[in-house]
Amino acid sequence: MTNNGTPGGDVMVRVEGLRKSYGTVEAVRGVSLDVHRGQVVVVIGPSGCGKSTFLRCINLLETPSAGTLRVGDRTIDFGAGHTMPRGRDLARFRARIGMVFQQFDLFPHMTALGNVMSGPVIVKKMRESEAETIARDLLAKVGLANFTARFPRELSGGQQQRVAIARAMAMEPELMLFDEVTSALDPELVGEVLDVMKELALEGTTMIVVTHEMAFARDVADHVVVMDAGQVVEQGAAADVLLQPKNPRTASFLSRFHSTIGERKA
Amino acid sequence: MAYKWDFGLIFSYANFWAKGLGITLAYSVGTVLGGLIIGVICGMLLLYKRKWLTLPIHFYVELFRCTPLLVQIVWFYYALPIVLAVELPAWLAAGLGLTLYMGSFSTEIFRGGIISIDKGQWQAARALGMTNGEMMRHIILPQAIKRMVPPFVNQSIIQLKNTSLLYVVAVPDLMYTGSIVVSDTFRPLEVYTSVAAMYFAILYPLTLWASRMEAKVDQ
Repeated sequence: MTNNGTPGGDVMVRVEGLRKSYGTVEAVRGVSLDVHRGQVVVVIGPSGCGKSTFLRCINLLETPSAGTLRVGDRTIDFGAGHTMPRGRDLARFRARIGMVFQQFDLFPHMTALGNVMSGPVIVKKMRESEAETIARDLLAKVGLANFTARFPRELSGGQQQRVAIARAMAMEPELMLFDEVTSALDPELVGEVLDVMKELALEGTTMIVVTHEMAFARDVADHVVVMDAGQVVEQGAAADVLLQPKNPRTASFLSRFHSTIGERKA
Repeated sequence: MAYKWDFGLIFSYANFWAKGLGITLAYSVGTVLGGLIIGVICGMLLLYKRKWLTLPIHFYVELFRCTPLLVQIVWFYYALPIVLAVELPAWLAAGLGLTLYMGSFSTEIFRGGIISIDKGQWQAARALGMTNGEMMRHIILPQAIKRMVPPFVNQSIIQLKNTSLLYVVAVPDLMYTGSIVVSDTFRPLEVYTSVAAMYFAILYPLTLWASRMEAKVDQ
């Protein structure tokens, strides 16, 4: 899929000229990106390049300093007459976007089932019985049907992260954000989490994934964005960007992963 | 000459003691509850990070944490009536001092409990679309309260001991009752030993309970 100026109804997320600075340090320096409905966009780049900050700007965990952001039918302008939502409005905006974090951040005082039910029950005020049905289905889907009564501390990192994905999915989000979700996992647990993400991608979930898993980017991404020093240095179809990068900075970054990218698709 | 102990005399003042004990317990419970309310309100307000709100609260907390309670009670009894130009009965002045003292510590305990919760919990709750109220009620407070209970119980135990300072403004608590009985009987050894024993009998089980609970929270 191309990303350049494809207007129309199927653009799920449109980011234009997004900037985020902390004091004098500018972490995101004018990023523009379109994400179409059902598309999987993978954002790669060296650590500290601003990709996580960029992702956190999309559900407004960070307040951008400038630019515009559209998610679904909601456009937010961070310029002079900014329209940053607040309070309940902000909460509603975030409720439509699921996010999974590097450190899982499950609620330790709730079971796996309780974690997955938390969004529907607390935010959507859904009846507990109804939420429980949804939560059980989702936990079964991520392969944890037998772990519903476990507390996070009783689960492995990979299991916790799958619960976290189910928790985000329980809100039936229009868009899912994944922020280096396998970086904190032991290598042997990475696969089970990526498998769940692949399944979501195949089902047509709109996803923006920040990751260092190049094989995942190659196999699953519709569109790859390379960031460096707070800017997009290259973007395009996964095969083009990963295998024939045009930008020297992309090439140098990717050279570290060649063994991974070169592997045959399974 | 060997001292002849005579505790029999002490028991003849049973009604007196009961009243003193009642006042000590009433002040403990009352000022702890009052302090808790102050702590919850001020602790919550501190989270808003507005200077005009946090500055006076910090000032209050530090003022009461960094001056001796005895000085506070005496000040409330002798100085406050002059400032307010109203007569303040001893029981009220002393109660006010003790409550504000407890409140300053409770504020720090409450705030400390809240900010000890990992920032990942806040961001996960926000990302799910919870409002600040929903996040506090369902995610942050259930975890934070568990951590607040042990320090709060410890502070309450200290508070019970501190009520003995009521003595200086002649509120008839356990300690003041002791001094009256002494002036009546001229038996300071038996009387003050009994006073100590009564404080111990209340506080020792409480400390045992507190450390058991602390161990449970640590799990």
